Amino acid sequence: MKNKLFQSATNAPDARQWVGRYADYLYSYAVSRLEDDEQARDLVQETFLAALERLGDFRGASSERTWLTAILKYKIIEVYRKRNSGLSMVRVDQGPEPEFFEHSNGHWKEDFAPRPFGVETADPTLRRELAAILQRCIQRLPALWQSIFSLKHFDEEATETICRDLKITPANFWVIIHRAKLNLRACLQKEGL
Amino acid sequence: MGRIKKIQYDCRQATYLIEKGQHTRLSIVERVKLAIHLPGCSVCRLFRRQSRMINRMMRGLFQASATRGHVLDESVKREMQEKIEARLP
Repeated sequence: MKNKLFQSATNAPDARQWVGRYADYLYSYAVSRLEDDEQARDLVQETFLAALERLGDFRGASSERTWLTAILKYKIIEVYRKRNSGLSMVRVDQGPEPEFFEHSNGHWKEDFAPRPFGVETADPTLRRELAAILQRCIQRLPALWQSIFSLKHFDEEATETICRDLKITPANFWVIIHRAKLNLRACLQKEGL
Repeated sequence: MGRIKKIQYDCRQATYLIEKGQHTRLSIVERVKLAIHLPGCSVCRLFRRQSRMINRMMRGLFQASATRGHVLDESVKREMQEKIEARLP
């Protein structure tokens, strides 16, 4: 068994073993990033088939798992791009000025000015509750914003890489991060803190 | 309105810089703007505290999600296996 594992890491990939060895790992990787079981399953399948077609590209410089994950990741980014090509893009580029600030001088509007959450606390129950609320708030954000957070927090990608992958300009990136945070914070406040 | 006054009033710009500063190193001009704005604006200081807290919580959420293992149905795996084998020589 040991010998077999060693061989697969150094020699040609052994496609018959892929499902048994990597399917659950790749599936978990995709589900956490897409929040969509069905789509994740399809991408794992596509990843295996795409890998089969370029077995010759596998040089054994990386492990089989790393190689398959790279293919899957590329497919996930393609999904992000597709999701983003809808209305969310319009909302970011041409949306109205956030209503959080006075148009004339950029001052907080009174109704939107942050107030203390009152939970700057270490109480674990309250923390869990807060995390659940935050998760709901994140799911309400436009797809593009979610994919940025996903690349940022799962893969700790550099800003330049995220911009290149999602085809957005750095200036746009900061505007999105800013607006996303304003919305998240307001959502937390609204959801009963 | 003078330039300093403008910066002191502009919470939109200040919160933008607070966000940007959490991801990248701000330029000197940007840091000066924040240094002018924040001492006089308790609301933006509160925003900064809350924003950092949200970032910490987000990291926690994503990490928890990344380590949660998911398992594919055996039937799905069999189907994948068959598709792979059909393409092998």
